[in-house]
Amino acid sequence: MKVKFILNGRNRSFEVKPGEFLLDTLRKNAITSVKNGCNESSCGACSVLLDGKPILSCSLLTLRVEGHRITTVEGIQEEIELISHYFGDEGADQCGFCNSGLALTAYALKRELVNPTDEDIKKYVVGNLCRCSGYQAQFEAIKRYVRNEK
Amino acid sequence: MKVVNNKTRSIDGKGIMMGRPAFTDDLAESNSLIVKILRSPHAFAHIKNIDVTKARALAGVELVLTYHDVPHVSFTRAGQGYPEPSPHDKFVLDEYVRYVGDEVACVAAVTEEIAEKALALIEVEYEVLEPILDFEKSMNNKIVIHPEDGIHDMFPIGFEPKKNLAASYYMHVGDVDKVLKTCDVTVTQSFYTQAQAHAMLEPHTANARLDYHNRLVIYTSTQTPFHVRRILSQTLGIPLSKIRVIKPRVGGGFGGKQALHGEMFVALVTMRTNKPCKIVFSRKEVFESSYTRHPMRLDMRLGAMKDGTLKAIDCHVLSDTGAYGEHALTVFMVAGSKVLPLYNKVDAVQFTGEVVYTNHVSAGAYRGYGAIQGNYALESAIDMLCTKLGMDPTEFRKKNMIKEGETSPIFAIMGEGTAGTPMIMESCKLDYCLKRGKELIDWKKKYPRVQAGPHKVRSVGSAIAMQGSGIPHIDMGSATVKLNDDGFYNLTVGATDIGQGSDTILAQIVAEELMTTIDKVIVYSSDTDLTPFDTGAYASSTTYVSGNAVLKAATNMKDMLIEEAARSLDVPIDQVDFNGATFKSLEKEITLSDLANHLYYSEHQRQLTATNSFVGKISPPPFMAGFIEIEVDTETGEFEVLDYVSVVDCGTTLNPMLARGQVEGGIAQGLGMAAFEDVKYSAKGKLMSNSFLYYKVPTSLDIKKLTTEFAESYETTGPFGGKSVGEIGIDTPPAALCNAVYNAVGVRITKLPVTPEKILQGIIANKQKEKKL
Repeated sequence: MKVKFILNGRNRSFEVKPGEFLLDTLRKNAITSVKNGCNESSCGACSVLLDGKPILSCSLLTLRVEGHRITTVEGIQEEIELISHYFGDEGADQCGFCNSGLALTAYALKRELVNPTDEDIKKYVVGNLCRCSGYQAQFEAIKRYVRNEK
Repeated sequence: MKVVNNKTRSIDGKGIMMGRPAFTDDLAESNSLIVKILRSPHAFAHIKNIDVTKARALAGVELVLTYHDVPHVSFTRAGQGYPEPSPHDKFVLDEYVRYVGDEVACVAAVTEEIAEKALALIEVEYEVLEPILDFEKSMNNKIVIHPEDGIHDMFPIGFEPKKNLAASYYMHVGDVDKVLKTCDVTVTQSFYTQAQAHAMLEPHTANARLDYHNRLVIYTSTQTPFHVRRILSQTLGIPLSKIRVIKPRVGGGFGGKQALHGEMFVALVTMRTNKPCKIVFSRKEVFESSYTRHPMRLDMRLGAMKDGTLKAIDCHVLSDTGAYGEHALTVFMVAGSKVLPLYNKVDAVQFTGEVVYTNHVSAGAYRGYGAIQGNYALESAIDMLCTKLGMDPTEFRKKNMIKEGETSPIFAIMGEGTAGTPMIMESCKLDYCLKRGKELIDWKKKYPRVQAGPHKVRSVGSAIAMQGSGIPHIDMGSATVKLNDDGFYNLTVGATDIGQGSDTILAQIVAEELMTTIDKVIVYSSDTDLTPFDTGAYASSTTYVSGNAVLKAATNMKDMLIEEAARSLDVPIDQVDFNGATFKSLEKEITLSDLANHLYYSEHQRQLTATNSFVGKISPPPFMAGFIEIEVDTETGEFEVLDYVSVVDCGTTLNPMLARGQVEGGIAQGLGMAAFEDVKYSAKGKLMSNSFLYYKVPTSLDIKKLTTEFAESYETTGPFGGKSVGEIGIDTPPAALCNAVYNAVGVRITKLPVTPEKILQGIIANKQKEKKL
């Protein structure tokens, strides 16, 4: 079946199977930033933005995104580079398998929440599991990014 | 120091976050066959008959393998040096299956759907055998988990499969029974630890292809690429020279990727089909069919005098290695060897135990590697002893713990499956760590507890820990530094960055020694064709072992550069002054860039490369003191971790930010084991906690606050004074939490994880005891 959606700002058309999930469609088409960490909607590594809001692509049928906007880190490289500097300066990146998904979530957080508290930030990213960092450095990096700290 | 011990971003974090293909599955051939494994539904069974006719006949199926089709060579997946201290008790495929999730058959098909269908078409007739699911009943059981022929140990490790023993060990210094009788106060207590899951975010992943030289090229998410190459060759009979193993970016390992899990199958499929293939474990497979931490029962006996002098420690361990004996002996020994030396002034110490087989998921290497289990038991027992003595446990530790310039007889006796190596603690700032940690947690005000509400109590708890820095006389790291035109360098290392940031810190070492900046050092690591050898990322070895190799190679390069500059300037070597960019003598100078260009193109042409390697003669331990503050609800038993203070002596922090990341990641994982990560099996031996929904790893909301500091410390044998920091963070949380729970509500948790139910049951039991009195 054919499905059309806007991937990273461009109209794209993909041939998919009826039960195919967006994670598989994207990875098959060279969007390698989207990771398969659990394939059961519980780790956040496959996060993408659906019309600007974070969603788990491993449990989103590709057919459901017909006509919608899907954003991955490949589509907002400049902003992700900026986020990566905040992460780098806090020592927040370790293995990096969760980082693209987390960076997208941080990007969405900044656009959705006005003056978020520490607790708001932690709650917003709670679905992005990380086994390496202990979260503290990530939290500080995201906080500084959201608050535009230099 | 300009680069080392300074704020330096990781060299790869940006590219990975931006989504560049980096991980194993990002690099698989797009036309890879999909490899899937049929796994046992039974905890223990004999395959009477296996019929793959229908599966083989399915269109799109390229290969089906059963135990009839693969070499019957016993091996160990452990991923250790050679000869391994783990028994060779595993076959690639076998007629016995020994846990729910064990491999029965392997399928390769053109799509995932067809591979799944083929698995369903394989007809297996099992003779279901009665399993052993209680590790305390395994030894000398009439059920024998490994009755087969052809399995063996590589050197004596106490391997007695007919008794279900994978390994056993005994050591003593002095006579503990005699000394305990003379003690004023004794504690006798058993502690239980659970089969913690590694839960690295990237599942086990491997792919294979044949290159245009017709060599087998394997990309794998591994901690031990050189061991993978060796073990594939030995087990599958492929000449070593025909195999190339490449480790791309690894999405976390924690010991779980020290072993071989998918590599055997992708190698077999590509060799048999001549086609590229890949295997990606499902999350369920990662939980059910990779590795866990070794669950243990630790029987402790401690004795002290009224003045708070610790006199004797006896530790007997029963360790559950699951279906196969990977890391059986060594993990169990580390529960003693990297724990007991903390209290080095005792008159007698004894460490004994057995490692038994059960029909559970196999246990293997896992950050902490026995030390977290041993630390939980010993540091809990120390607090229990202090309760009896009426002594502040931090004062007791201060009095009895190991200090700089001291040693322990255990270092010489206990090694990694063999005898150990005597060593003096040249760098040990444990006394500072303890003192500073008490300040940071505000111990004086908060110990043992503060009432925080009508039914809320806040309390603190502590523990101290040590680890090692590589395996002395065994682990080898090596490095090559190459000069390029324009004067930048390549650093190639066998060392294995699995996300801990070793590529970054090894580049920092080169930049520091060659007085340049980190962008001038291009790192390529872990490729068995292109990089020199390294045992891999385990045993807290990379900073110390690989780091020393890198430093030696960089020093060699510096000497070569100065020699070439002296020749070019036509002055004696001792008149050349090098600042990293320019060589100067009294009258003349040449830039590194010019010298490098001359060496490439115009004058005395020569490729400068320097290779060196390092094997530790000792394994200097990092140390830490951990302090936890918790709040407990005395009506429900619920608790929250409010803060975790870590003060760590890892020598010089080569990269303070990454070192902090190692410690805090370890603390979070240790808190996971202490408080969140419960492991549940069904009555028939199936792992029930086999997904992130049923196995709760800490989230960003669970980790409220981590406070991490480093002691000023310098290890003279380490690169720029550095020691290891990869594992030390994980050791203290279980004991510190249990000690804090006791300080809060008087309940001693002796079986991990700590849960509100266990606390509440303890509170109720204490109240009933009071009533009786």
